[in-house]
Amino acid sequence: MQRRSPYPYWFLLPAGTIFFVLFLVPTIASFYFSLTYWDPFEARFAGFENYVQFFSEPYLARGVMNTLIFALLTSGLKTVLGLLLAVLLTSGMLGQGLMRSVVFFPVLVSTIGVGLLFQELMHPTEGAINVALSWVGIDGPGWLTNPSLALFSVALVDVWRGVGLATLIYIAGLATISPDYYEAARIDGATRIQQFWRVTVPLVRPATTTVVILSLIGGLRLFDLIWAMTRGGPGFSSDVLASTIYKQYQAGFWGLSTAGNVILFLVIAVVILPLSLWFNRKEVDL
Amino acid sequence: MKTRQIVIGLISMAVFFVIFVIPFILVLLTASKTPAEAASVDFTLPERWVFWENLVETVQTRDYQLLLAYWNSSVITVGAIVGLVIFGAMVGYVLQRRDTKLTRGLFFMVLAGLMIPPAVVPTIWLLQGINLFKTLHGMVLIQIAYGLGFTVLLYRSFIATIPRDLDEAAIIDGGTPLQIFFRVILPLLKPVTVTIIVVQAIGIFNDFTHPLYYLPGAENVTVQLTLYNFQSQFVSQINLLFMNILLITIPPLLVFIFFNRQIVAGMTSGAVKG
Amino acid sequence: MTHRLTRTTALASVLAFSAGALSAQQLTFLVDSSADSVAVTEALTAAYTEMNPDVTFSIETRPGGGEGDNIIKTRLATGEMPDLFIYNSGSLLQALRPDRTLLPVDEIENFGLINEAYVSTVQGESGATYGVPYETAQGGGIYYHKPTYEELGLEIPTTWDEFMANNARIAEETDVAPIAQTYRDTWTSQLFVLADFYNVLQAEPDFPAQYTANEAHYSDTPAAANGFSRLQEAYEAGYFNEDFGAATYNDGVAMVATGEAAHYPMLTFAVGVFQQNHPDLMEDVGFFAQPGDDPEANGLTVWMPTSLYAPADTEYPEIVNDFRNFVASPEACDIITDTIGVTGPYLISGCDLPDEVPGMVADLLPYFEEEGRTAPALEFLSPVKGPALEQLTVEVGSGIRDAASAAELYDQDVAKQARQLGLEGW
Repeated sequence: MQRRSPYPYWFLLPAGTIFFVLFLVPTIASFYFSLTYWDPFEARFAGFENYVQFFSEPYLARGVMNTLIFALLTSGLKTVLGLLLAVLLTSGMLGQGLMRSVVFFPVLVSTIGVGLLFQELMHPTEGAINVALSWVGIDGPGWLTNPSLALFSVALVDVWRGVGLATLIYIAGLATISPDYYEAARIDGATRIQQFWRVTVPLVRPATTTVVILSLIGGLRLFDLIWAMTRGGPGFSSDVLASTIYKQYQAGFWGLSTAGNVILFLVIAVVILPLSLWFNRKEVDL
Repeated sequence: MKTRQIVIGLISMAVFFVIFVIPFILVLLTASKTPAEAASVDFTLPERWVFWENLVETVQTRDYQLLLAYWNSSVITVGAIVGLVIFGAMVGYVLQRRDTKLTRGLFFMVLAGLMIPPAVVPTIWLLQGINLFKTLHGMVLIQIAYGLGFTVLLYRSFIATIPRDLDEAAIIDGGTPLQIFFRVILPLLKPVTVTIIVVQAIGIFNDFTHPLYYLPGAENVTVQLTLYNFQSQFVSQINLLFMNILLITIPPLLVFIFFNRQIVAGMTSGAVKG
Repeated sequence: MTHRLTRTTALASVLAFSAGALSAQQLTFLVDSSADSVAVTEALTAAYTEMNPDVTFSIETRPGGGEGDNIIKTRLATGEMPDLFIYNSGSLLQALRPDRTLLPVDEIENFGLINEAYVSTVQGESGATYGVPYETAQGGGIYYHKPTYEELGLEIPTTWDEFMANNARIAEETDVAPIAQTYRDTWTSQLFVLADFYNVLQAEPDFPAQYTANEAHYSDTPAAANGFSRLQEAYEAGYFNEDFGAATYNDGVAMVATGEAAHYPMLTFAVGVFQQNHPDLMEDVGFFAQPGDDPEANGLTVWMPTSLYAPADTEYPEIVNDFRNFVASPEACDIITDTIGVTGPYLISGCDLPDEVPGMVADLLPYFEEEGRTAPALEFLSPVKGPALEQLTVEVGSGIRDAASAAELYDQDVAKQARQLGLEGW
């Protein structure tokens, strides 16, 4: 008989119960409901009909592609810009404390607020962005109304909104790097750029892992910003999986919507699992 | 400070001003305009400043809906944060300190919880069944369930930096697990707790999607939903819409200003160490 | 008649008694958040409370469009529906499973006053009736800017070709945009397709029945596909306002009121917006039905009013139906007219319009007065309606997709809806 652990399992109970009942049970139930014609009033068993339907939707393929493009683009930009901004904001330059706060401001505003704001700013003829561009003689595009541009415009706004958090995580990451490494690099005659690539980038890797994984998950699941700015439009051109799912839900096709949820889950798993394994292995190597 | 740092600083500030500050100035200007002037959001100064009038009108709309929304959102945010911090820290503590098959499996669940999009419709169906649909405490529990992944992750990695000697000393002194956790461990978690409070409080306060699904009803309105309601109601009154955006950004701003310095400290020890 | 009176008196005394005994009742009321709906609801409930001081109302708003549909369905299915709510008639009502979820109104005193064509759009399969009209019937057609028409000496078009000829002259001789389109509010893009339905019905009278039975479709019925082609034709001619992709419904109303655009295809509930936003330009705007191919068969596609419903499980069925009886009365029509003005004909007999109505409303009335010049929109004749039409019409109207492929995709969308609802034959 083992003596009682000072780290008892019942510590897990309060959180575990909430998580199990409100998160796991619905998630498991969703596998069943995705196999039904389900609306607010009843559920009729449908076999794999909903999945067949989802994949025969002409815009699903586009929705999946858009989801991947959006997630990779925003996550990539947040990672790169976040790191550069963090390096800039820890370089001891004038006003860096103030700027650290300023870059974080957009994080504080609600997504819907940001979406509504940029919907106005990106108006093709009267929006502030195109008005400002016209001062320097550029004829600005229809940021949200041009079907080949809308998704990228929303992605840019998402980066604007989220880069503050990435920067913050990187600033924290940079703080953990001992100045000795830079000292040693300088003695070896490394330039600033060499220091960045040989010291900063490798040693800040844990922060990179956090930023990449968090922003990828966020990007793959993103719904509210797209909804506030374009509702997936014009037409279907900026639809992502999450907005497609929501539209089916809205139409009252709950089973179909739930099938979309399961597909989104699989997409996320396929992207994130190998990536986090890869990151973890790299860390062991170091 | 070298000249070089001053020059870079000035250039950066100019760029930051254009990218991050001007949009907020436009919000402020537009919120100070009359509806006719606000019809297009542009760089002109208001001909007549009606900031205060707009503020009063926004607050009074629909029977002071905004005040009720502040109250509801605050209750949800505070309730969920208290639960997340205490329960999340307990989980992070046990998962980090006890390395068994069970804890490893549970940690995987926590990561899955971070990834899996919540199954919204089945959740509504379930909340109905246990009479939590459309209640503030139901919403608190939902926010706890959805926030646990991130919280546990941060606590677990932070607790890894706390030497086990501390708890072992307390065990030898005869402390019960609860005493050790609350008197020894929890106080040491302050830096990461601040980070969690800030990030989660802003997230929950600004959450739009989940209250939209799980908390319908005029008496349950939250601040983000006021924005949404106002969007159709103020369809030709962008000035009031933007005033509303300003007003509901104040609480997160206060939280940020209050905790600004401590956030980075918490991140340093929590999020960025594998 | 005597019988009816006695029964009502009895009911009234029962009500008075129970109200007295149980003290004040507060009914909850869910309305969409449009300014008109809120104003009308506030006025009607206030008037009712004045007559019945024990009954008060708590009004809650919900978003419109698809989100609103969803909220309504979820609330009904979960028993969370307020005591009264307003919602569409026709195919959207059928999706609420009215026979299971709603409280019938067949027994109210004023039932006989309600227009029969309307009643058929708020009935369940059982034949019971579930709603009373809230506000007025709507027409779908085209608003036009009168001064532009006068300046160029244009005639009201009775065929599509005449309409396009007018547009050509407007484009050539003025800076005015011939047609306003407003795709930020995607629903507004559907008008050319939906408001063409009078013309579809002239060419194919059996279309609704065959369409419901999965025998006729948009893509294989040329008359039905016309709506899509006309939208494409208007886009390709370059007749839209420059910012059509970002303009809103309100912008569209403003454009045709101020003469920035000559035409705006819209439902006639826009009268309320004209009145609210451009009261001094009201007489500059007129209205005509969307023209088809045959000048002899020119008529209006009609939308039934939104309706006032109550859930079957309301705590106060008597009060709820007494209130609905009040809403179906001429006094209620007058209150609505006083609150938001006249937006179209009422469907309660005994409801008169004031002698002076805005010109755009006066343009609407002849269609209703002459036999055979109105036809209900398809959604009031068939339960089948796909949810993606507005995205498809945005695509056609923005030149992203051609009309034929949009009609085909819409047929697929419709088939999906029918399968999800479990309709026969799909």
